[in-house]
Amino acid sequence: MPAARPAKEPDLFSDYHRIPGVADELFDAEGRMRPVWARFVERFARLAPAEIAARFERGNQYLRDAGVFYRQYSGDPLAERDWPLSHIPVVLHDSEWEQICTGLAERADLLEQVVADLYGEGRLVREGHLPASLIAASPQWLRPMVGIEPAGGHHLHFLAFEIGRSPDGSWLVLGDRVQAPSGAGFALENRMATGRIFPERFPRAYIHRLAGFFADFRAQMKALAKAGGDMEARAAILTPGPSNDTYYEHTYIARYLGLMLLEGEDLLVENGELKVRTIEGPQPIGLLWRRIDAAFADPLELHSGSQIGTPGLVETVRRGNLAMVNALGAGVVEMRAMMAFLPRISEVLTGKPLALSNIATWWCGGAAERDYVKKHAGEMLIGPALSPDLPYDIETGAGLGGQGGDTEAWIDAEGPSLVGQEAVALSTTPAWVTEPGQPLVEGRILPRPMTIRVFAARTAEGWRFMKGGYARIGKAGDASALGMQKGGSVADVWIVSDRLVPKVTLTPKGEASFQRLAHGVLPSRSADNLFWLGRYVERTEDAIRLIRAYHLRLAATDNPADPLLRRLRAFISGYGIDVAQPMPEALLDRIGAARACAAKVRDRFSTDGWAALVDLHRTASVTLRDIEAGDDAARAMFVLVRKMTAFSGLVQDNMYRFQGWRFLSLGRALERADGLTALLHGLAEPGAPEGALDLAVEVADSVITHRRRYAVETSRDTVVDLLALDADNPRSILFQLRVMREQAAALPGAEDNGRLAALSRAILPLETRLSVVDIEDITAKRLLSMRGAFGDISDLITDAYLR
Amino acid sequence: MIYDISLAIDYEYAAVSDRARTLMRLLPSDLSGEQRVLDTALTITPRPDERREERDFFGNCTTTAVWHGPIDALHLVLKLRVERLTPPGSADLSPLLADLPSTLDGVRDLGPCAPHHFRGPSARVPLIPAISRFAQAVITKAGGTPTTRQAIELLGHALHEEMRFDAEATSVETGPEQAFEQRSGVCQDFAHIMIAGLRALGIPAGYVSGFLRTNPPPGQPRLEGVDAMHAWVCAWAGPVTGWIEFDPTNDQPAGQDYVTVARGRDYLDAAPVLGAMRSAGGQASRHAVDMVPLED
Repeated sequence: MPAARPAKEPDLFSDYHRIPGVADELFDAEGRMRPVWARFVERFARLAPAEIAARFERGNQYLRDAGVFYRQYSGDPLAERDWPLSHIPVVLHDSEWEQICTGLAERADLLEQVVADLYGEGRLVREGHLPASLIAASPQWLRPMVGIEPAGGHHLHFLAFEIGRSPDGSWLVLGDRVQAPSGAGFALENRMATGRIFPERFPRAYIHRLAGFFADFRAQMKALAKAGGDMEARAAILTPGPSNDTYYEHTYIARYLGLMLLEGEDLLVENGELKVRTIEGPQPIGLLWRRIDAAFADPLELHSGSQIGTPGLVETVRRGNLAMVNALGAGVVEMRAMMAFLPRISEVLTGKPLALSNIATWWCGGAAERDYVKKHAGEMLIGPALSPDLPYDIETGAGLGGQGGDTEAWIDAEGPSLVGQEAVALSTTPAWVTEPGQPLVEGRILPRPMTIRVFAARTAEGWRFMKGGYARIGKAGDASALGMQKGGSVADVWIVSDRLVPKVTLTPKGEASFQRLAHGVLPSRSADNLFWLGRYVERTEDAIRLIRAYHLRLAATDNPADPLLRRLRAFISGYGIDVAQPMPEALLDRIGAARACAAKVRDRFSTDGWAALVDLHRTASVTLRDIEAGDDAARAMFVLVRKMTAFSGLVQDNMYRFQGWRFLSLGRALERADGLTALLHGLAEPGAPEGALDLAVEVADSVITHRRRYAVETSRDTVVDLLALDADNPRSILFQLRVMREQAAALPGAEDNGRLAALSRAILPLETRLSVVDIEDITAKRLLSMRGAFGDISDLITDAYLR
Repeated sequence: MIYDISLAIDYEYAAVSDRARTLMRLLPSDLSGEQRVLDTALTITPRPDERREERDFFGNCTTTAVWHGPIDALHLVLKLRVERLTPPGSADLSPLLADLPSTLDGVRDLGPCAPHHFRGPSARVPLIPAISRFAQAVITKAGGTPTTRQAIELLGHALHEEMRFDAEATSVETGPEQAFEQRSGVCQDFAHIMIAGLRALGIPAGYVSGFLRTNPPPGQPRLEGVDAMHAWVCAWAGPVTGWIEFDPTNDQPAGQDYVTVARGRDYLDAAPVLGAMRSAGGQASRHAVDMVPLED
């Protein structure tokens, strides 16, 4: 391909120099720009810094709007951090990419053979190609899995490889990701973000798409799910839960592929089969794409301390009833020390050397290797042999050798638990670098070390590779800072063709162009979270309105001893809220609880809904934290009410009308009915202070309706009529009972042999009575007994569906 | 010698579980040259919806019981008749302790009895520096160049001297580090501490659970640990000698008075009952054992 060099050397790249002794992605060994970058550089170089900054900000905004986050392990297990996008992509030619993938496909097959041998024949150990003591010491070699044939015939289905370019320009494998490779979902988001930054048709039309990668894999997973023989069995993703660092990606892939997102407690094992607890009872699961480490999968057979596993899971695998992506125990080949043996194993098992070398590695369990590492310690990264981490993600206590006399003693003392790995200088690639505190517009393009993560999926036609999408970019020239958790960033990888690239879609080949997933697979835990989300949201909204009413009156009277204010204060304290705090802690807790529930079902509602809830939480806990009692607090509550209703509206408008929505609606209806009942009981009693009735109507957001319907001042009768008995007022108890009855009737098992199930039988009498009762019969006692009945209804829902 | 063994274990759960699954290692196996199982009967109440017997990686017999509904108590009654064979006495053919590492490097085996499983830290027996130092000191103090078997016995004796048996001192959750620090514990603690010490010396070592004769033969003292299931240690003394068993609680090789149920790297691999109840709340258990020679 002709070198389409830009007409003049772009100033933007004037600070960009190839580091001596290190390969570079942008410039070749002779210092010429690689032709594959030309199309991108030419366009990019035309942009003014302000335009560049604006574009990058657009990419960041996309990621924030989409709610992409990365969990950072720190004091707060739920602390989230924005996805650290490095805005300039890495560009590779597709012929080079093909070569890489051919080599990696061979490596994937080799790893499959090694795993199969370690859990089967045991030839590699017996013949001395792998040390028995090394395998036995690996916490990932799971003894209960020995001798088990995987359902579907293969141990490995989804892999990631971390590769880097060495100074001579060749590619090296730095790490194999087998246990639960992460990043493929983030790669899709990287691509979405770079699409906002570089929206032009060119060079985009020459970049290979990422989307097609998942289509075949999804088909493969569905087929594998049935490998055990149960044609109803489904595929699902198993996540450790919201505190995992890549939980966002789990929810993203679950949504993207239309798979259930499950946690260990969602699952149960019955008669050797894995089932998911759903609102319709246990349903069969035939495949788990696990994002949890194998040792945590089964507390009985694998790791007794596990809180996140499913007892009996191993048994379902042993019986061939459950396929796993990837097999439990496959993680044994991830350890650093394996790299020391794979070159030889490749010769033994395939008769060929590795098509793509891995980083040179010496296991210090052997005397000769130990001596070699001691002698060359200064050029090596020395670290734990059994760790799956990349050579550059060295933990404390390890590092570049040559720490004086200590290194030798260390290696002698702990030899079998150490490896030495060649400290390869990785190639550099352009990154937009700003100093801390500097605005984007003042950034410069500088060379930064990088590695690329390549994702591979087994399909019916063999290994298939995601075409780019994910590179890790190091901080400064310091290769050891590559670790994401240590402040590196992530860039898109463009695989560029010389020709225009045809579009691909997620649609599978042949047959129907799409498939509607069957309904009725709402896991009980999701239903539980939705139900409580509904309750928390409603309860929070009530509380905000009450607090607002309080501060409005306080501002008007400026007399905290006013009888109405006292009554209201007491009523609100029944909610556990102390209005002496203008922004009550209890209110923040409540919003936090709603957010926590929502976080657990993020795969089930829209990103806009989530963003609205996050915004509400942030506004209340940060922006409006320091408000003052009276008018200031009242105005703050106006803001919160609006934000709250934004969330409710989004959910109400956008949520698909099926089981999940029903539980959310049930939760809201139940809470609202109970809140109204409490309100009537607390503020509409005979003897309530002057103005209490107006207050009740205001809190119930029914001022206008009341004016229209009755054309008189509020009286106990009008208020009870409107807030309890008016079936057309969404702020009436009867209206909400109707909602509950309708939702309950549409749930599975609502009728049993022609007879209503317990839940409907509990709702119906309440509804009927309110439909026919006289206003004067709505006594305080009746209101109290209704609140008791609502509690019973909540218990019935829990018993029937949520366990 | 033929023994009749009976075991009863009762669990009461504070809260009702909606489902339950237990994994038991209660049934002994035939062990060539060591023991023959003549009769077994394990009664589980309430009757589980699923029950099956399998072999685990180490060759132990496992019983899995599953209840599809709630249970609030679990009663296990085990009746066994086992013949304990007389192991032949032998001369000490074990390698010098100093030569053991190179001997091990030549063992290319990952089968159930391979020593490699038992060399490094395991879930319940991590590397414990205090125990490592203690074990090294025992060998240094003894002087000379002990064989592996001598080293095993030296450590066993020393631990018995150092530690006090105290049924109340620890619970099943206590780790060996704490038990060693307080220098007291039950047979599980003695076994875990000895395993940690042996591994620190480079000797592969594992955990054995089983039964110990309730009343001693005439003229011998009553042993510790007869009121419940017992635990002791197995250690690898080279390819010729293989595994030998030692009971640090009673300071003797595990011989005629012992019946083996399960072996593994530590308690977790051999635990008599591991349970998973999906419920909150604690549990209470009772445990009774009797092992008597068959009257003839």
